[in-house]
Amino acid sequence: MTSTRSNALVIEKLEVKFDRFLALRGVSFDVAPGESFGLVGESGSGKSTLLRAVAGLAPVSAGTITVNGTTLGSSRTKAFYREVQMVFQDPYGSLHPRQTVDRLLLEPLVIHGFGDIEKRILRALDEVGLGSSFRFRYSHQLSGGQRQRVAIARALILEPSILLLDEPTSALDASVQAEVLNLLEQIRRDRKLTFLMVSHDLAVVTHMCDRLMVMQNGAEVERLTASELAKRKVTQEYTRNLLIASQGFVRPDIQPEH
Amino acid sequence: MYPKVHCAPVLKNRRFRRPLPNFVGFEMITRPLSRREWLMSDRPQSRMQARLGRAYLVWSRFASNKLAVVGLGIIIALLLVAAFANVLAPHSPVVGDLRNARLLPPGGEYLLGTDDQGRDILSRLIYGSRLTLYVVILVAIIAAPIGLLVGTIAGYAGGWTDSILMRITDIFLAFPKLILALAFVAALGPGIENAVIAIAITSWPPYARIARAETLTVRNSDYIAAVRLMGASPIRIVLRHIMPLCLSSLIVRVTLDMAGIILTAAGLGFLGLGAQPPLPEWGAMIASGRRFIMDQWWVAAAPGFAILIVSLGFNLLGDGLRDALDPRGSNQ
Amino acid sequence: MSNMLTVEDLRVQFPTRNGTVDAVRGVSFTLGRERLGIVGESGSGKSQTGRAIMGLTPPHAKITARKLNFDGIDLLEASVKQRRSLRGNRIAMILQDPKYSLNPVMSIGRQIVETLRTHEKVSKAEARKRALDMLAAVQIRDAERVYDLHPHEVSGGMGQRAMIAMMLITGPELLIADEPTSALDVTVQLDVLRILDNLVRDRGMGLIFISHDLRLVSSFCDRVIVMYAGRIVEEIAATDLHNAKHPYTQGLLNCMPQIGADRHPLPVLDRKPEWAA
Repeated sequence: MTSTRSNALVIEKLEVKFDRFLALRGVSFDVAPGESFGLVGESGSGKSTLLRAVAGLAPVSAGTITVNGTTLGSSRTKAFYREVQMVFQDPYGSLHPRQTVDRLLLEPLVIHGFGDIEKRILRALDEVGLGSSFRFRYSHQLSGGQRQRVAIARALILEPSILLLDEPTSALDASVQAEVLNLLEQIRRDRKLTFLMVSHDLAVVTHMCDRLMVMQNGAEVERLTASELAKRKVTQEYTRNLLIASQGFVRPDIQPEH
Repeated sequence: MYPKVHCAPVLKNRRFRRPLPNFVGFEMITRPLSRREWLMSDRPQSRMQARLGRAYLVWSRFASNKLAVVGLGIIIALLLVAAFANVLAPHSPVVGDLRNARLLPPGGEYLLGTDDQGRDILSRLIYGSRLTLYVVILVAIIAAPIGLLVGTIAGYAGGWTDSILMRITDIFLAFPKLILALAFVAALGPGIENAVIAIAITSWPPYARIARAETLTVRNSDYIAAVRLMGASPIRIVLRHIMPLCLSSLIVRVTLDMAGIILTAAGLGFLGLGAQPPLPEWGAMIASGRRFIMDQWWVAAAPGFAILIVSLGFNLLGDGLRDALDPRGSNQ
Repeated sequence: MSNMLTVEDLRVQFPTRNGTVDAVRGVSFTLGRERLGIVGESGSGKSQTGRAIMGLTPPHAKITARKLNFDGIDLLEASVKQRRSLRGNRIAMILQDPKYSLNPVMSIGRQIVETLRTHEKVSKAEARKRALDMLAAVQIRDAERVYDLHPHEVSGGMGQRAMIAMMLITGPELLIADEPTSALDVTVQLDVLRILDNLVRDRGMGLIFISHDLRLVSSFCDRVIVMYAGRIVEEIAATDLHNAKHPYTQGLLNCMPQIGADRHPLPVLDRKPEWAA
């Protein structure tokens, strides 16, 4: 493990407890600056909870989170939100239903007292591939993919260095997913961002991330690099099952053609 | 669960026949837009247009409900009557002709007859509309914001704050409204201002309940989480992001309650605890007409009828607003 | 192969404030005792096609077709009563999320028995026995225990199995499965598909499998219909999928990230307006 100082994000023995239920059981990992780290697992694996704990949306009962050398307390400061932003899973639920795109993008700028608001909003829309014609639309006037682009624009407008991605494409159609994944990759390249991405889809995670961690029941199963996974170099039975499942269904009555 | 039907990209209407641009929006229409098209545009060009477009949508939903429009008409008529009372009223509302015009039946010079003081009932009704509006609007202005504030803060803060605020609300809710208002007026002394205060004090708790319920449904949503991640303070979240969502159901409820407020005010007036003579308050007018209800029925019936019409108007309006502002329908 | 279901020029229209939305625009296909996949993205009309056959289209929508025929019965002319007796008895449907399609206040076993007894005259004991057999058939190990559970007490995969059990208890000839595994975890997804696969094969049912996942559908079905904007753009044998002609089908196949394939950026669909024409 490299030193705490040089890492963008260090998670150590993190535990999250909801009432009596232990959703996260002492998970540790670290992410280097500019790296893209993936968390894979099925529902109940604690992967989203981990992301929310980092963002300050889930109660941490033990362990530490260190962002760019600063260990976080129980509450988050404004400065933290300038460093870390999040994109949510459901683009239909993460945009305020009564606000225009303009209002959504304006809010973070006003809160953090940014100047040249006009320019920043237009640039943010431009960066995610939405023209200025989208600026005054309400979220119900947008498609799923467009909503997710707005959500990405909102996360980027504060110029964070770390982006938390909670299944950003699982609610989208496959073709739209490809567009959004490409967009995320391009933004990461352009802005040298650090990604922490959660997904249930091994293919998406290996496409997007350099390293990944497989989780089950709130704990780590194993840690792999994308190339290890591509070569099927897995050690745990659970990961192997996930791999097989991601290949799709095989009909027993149809023999392979060759 | 299913793809929403209105996502289907093919619409027959000509405005939507344009090829759907993928992500870069181009305005393909070259001819000038009609006003309706400008309002209904799904790609507004300015804050103003977006806002007006939304208002137009609410209005067109509201206007498609005939009864609601009737209700709105009644309320507008009430406003006009109140505004131009001094022009419309044929006689003085407070000074009557005691010698010649006591308890005259409707017809002739006095269209709705006269009361026991020889005053023209029509003129009194016309001036009374001012008092009615005064009470209704003041109560709404005092009670609704209190309820909204208490409800949203309780709902968003949760924990102890929620418990304390809601127990206070429960205490107010536990008493029948009129009895509580009576107690307050008795303590404060009779008079129309005190009646307003008493009614306002007794009518905020239901609004707090509504606002809290509404807040609880949205407080854990991703879009509120997203605003928290922007670094917004709790006060900012409540004021700017949660309150606007509670507003439409609150407006509906307040409008529907207006009828009740009028009736409570009339009830207090009837008991002699509201407006004092010679003010032409409708409830007080019924009370004074009660003595002659067998022989001179019009003295009590005319203000009664006015209360009925105005209450009905507010109820129809509230019903229409409920359909028009319903957030579930706002996706269309 | 005799045709069980014939659909010709099926159209489903929804009147809205802003004009009519054509959800399905002239879909035609036939189905024998085989597995047909219908694939498309959201808004392609795939679900509305399935619902129109099942008779579950919302009442304000307008359905027209030159022919909508199930085993000699004209579904458009059939009475409400006739359709109801078809539904659940000879045609069954599995929906995406068992949480919404099972009754939350009735135990799973009772729901299955209820379904059976509305369509067949069987004694209570007999119905219970058949329900338990059916639960065993969808590989629920302790059927006796699950019989008495309520839908919220079981996992998503278990709920979907119970749903399949409920739908298949009457021995339908045609099963319409609308995204039956999309709400499930990938490993559970395979279990459910395996169960469905066995049951459809053993009972010789016709199956319409509706999904957004082209790969999944093609691995499960004999024939695939690809829909776009309410129309069929391509019909192809599942084994021939890699020879798909239509750029939309090709695009759908290509745009998915694959493990081991290093494609940056991913190829994206360039939607042509003429596809929807």
